[in-house]
Amino acid sequence: MSERPIRVLVAKPGLDGHDRGAKVVARALRDAGMEVIYTGIRQTPEMIAEAALQEDVDVVGLSILSGAHRDLFPRIVEQLKQKQLDDVVLVCGGIIPDDDIPAIKQMGFAGVFGPGTSTQDIAAFIRAQVARKRGARTA
Amino acid sequence: MNSDWLERLRAGEPRVVARAISAVERGGADARTIITALFRFTGRAHILGVTGAPGTGKSTLVNEIAKHYRRRGHRVGIVAVDPTSPFSGGALLGDRLRMQDLSGDGGVFIRSMATRGSLGGLAAATADAVKVLDAAGFAIVLIETVGAGQNEVDIARNAHTTLVVEAPGMGDDIQAIKAGIMEIADLLIVNKADHDAANATMAALEMNLNLKPKLENDWRPPVLKTIATTGEGVATVVEWIGKHRAYLETNRRLETRERARARAELELVVQRELMARLRRGLNGTRIEALVEQIAARQVDVYTAAEKLLG
Ligand code: B12
Ligand SMILES: Nc1nc2c(ncn2[C@@H]2O[C@H](COP(=O)(O)OP(=O)(O)O)[C@@H](O)[C@H]2O)c(=O)[nH]1
Ligand SMILES: [Mg+2]
Repeated sequence: MSERPIRVLVAKPGLDGHDRGAKVVARALRDAGMEVIYTGIRQTPEMIAEAALQEDVDVVGLSILSGAHRDLFPRIVEQLKQKQLDDVVLVCGGIIPDDDIPAIKQMGFAGVFGPGTSTQDIAAFIRAQVARKRGARTA
Repeated sequence: MNSDWLERLRAGEPRVVARAISAVERGGADARTIITALFRFTGRAHILGVTGAPGTGKSTLVNEIAKHYRRRGHRVGIVAVDPTSPFSGGALLGDRLRMQDLSGDGGVFIRSMATRGSLGGLAAATADAVKVLDAAGFAIVLIETVGAGQNEVDIARNAHTTLVVEAPGMGDDIQAIKAGIMEIADLLIVNKADHDAANATMAALEMNLNLKPKLENDWRPPVLKTIATTGEGVATVVEWIGKHRAYLETNRRLETRERARARAELELVVQRELMARLRRGLNGTRIEALVEQIAARQVDVYTAAEKLLG
């Protein structure tokens, strides 16, 4: 049986309208051979978890530039847990102050990517993370 | 999956439904086990195909149609297909973007699907994903196709009722007619009726329908106007879907259609299986050697194929 393409949900939580970065990342991941489900802006934590569940994604990627991650990220992690999606790879990007990164990693995010990150690096990181999870599951 | 997966699937548990669709998408032995187990619980859903050129408003319309059925208490499953990039193998699946109204409703299940290299506007596993949703108790299953405009007859084969969506002012009024997509339409929808050119598009479609020889008792596709962004006209669409269902249910048309679908599906699966067996049986180094010979103009493709198979 062949490995399926990596499936990624790219979502913008909250009222933040900066969607350029999310779209750039979504396109880059597609070009890196992944199936990207793009939900667009104004997503509630519930909507994000529901989409991740129905789409059976390997990765949930959040993009946020408004500063609301401090409030939204814990709620999203909580929603994912409630739906037993604790094994998805969580990544995020946007405007996230360095001081906040430890807490975000603590919450379960595998990677945090700020402005100027090369999208190739993001794709490579995701590929490595998913390979590790898939390896762990079949082992 | 756990041994009680079938019960949980039939109860519509989203996690199990999602995993089952992933498995049928991946193919192989797991896919076969799943379809074999759930097959006897299928055949209850009314399957709606929605096709038309990109940007005509298919996803927005699917969102509105689903809302109508929800108001009537029906559970709704949606499979939205988008193309896989032939270059990267990746895909950007954006149909959910237009279906946000349906989120938070446990009676709706939306799944985005990439074509993964199959032609004809549907993914190879679309029919199986629909079976999963059917067995999971979704009374209405909507399939949104890629909408490449051509080669979309697949959808007519997979759906009970096929909606062909057109939009005015896209310069493609005649496009659908040319591509032969008219032949597969049970309902013709002119979406974006808020545009001035909508009436002209309606007239063009009506005229085209009138050119077709009409057999007695034949279904004549209605040409319907909608504004998917406001929901205008969608109630009428749903009404016509009901009429088409009633039409299918008279004179054993549904049975005839199901039989045609079964035949097409069986042929497809046999074809796929034969190819797979053939590939396994073929000698890789032998193929490479023949490829070299063809490239060097020492042998033509037909003779080479004959050598491989004979
Ligand atoms: C362009 C821009 C806008 C555009 C947005 C256009 C659009 N549709 O996206 C407009 C003009 C509309 C705009 C408006 C506003 N903006 Co503005 N905007 C910017 C600006 C200059 C660039 C953002 C951008 O597009 N960058 C390009 C993309 C490609 O980069 P990126 O998003 O960072 O993405 C990269 C990484 O972060 C990462 N990444 C991003 N998402 C994801 C997701 C995943 C899964 C992964 C793995 C990685 C990843 O990868 C990407 C590639 O490297 C930033 C400043 C800055 N330098 O970032 C301010 C900025 C984000 N804006 C800001 C503000 C305050 C606003 C407004 C509130 C201004 C106002 N008072 O009206 C409004 C709010 C609009 C809204 N509705 O939310 C502030 C936010 C401050 C904060 N967070 O505390 C910033 C930081 C400017 C500043 N220094 O003050 N803005
Ligand atoms: N003006 C107008 N725009 C519409 C209508 N229906 C859809 N759209 C817009 O057309 C664009 C494409 O719609 P979408 O549903 O994604 O089309 P699809 O590619 O066929 O699935 C979106 O921006 C929609 O908001 C309509 O009835 N009127
Ligand atoms: Mg669409």
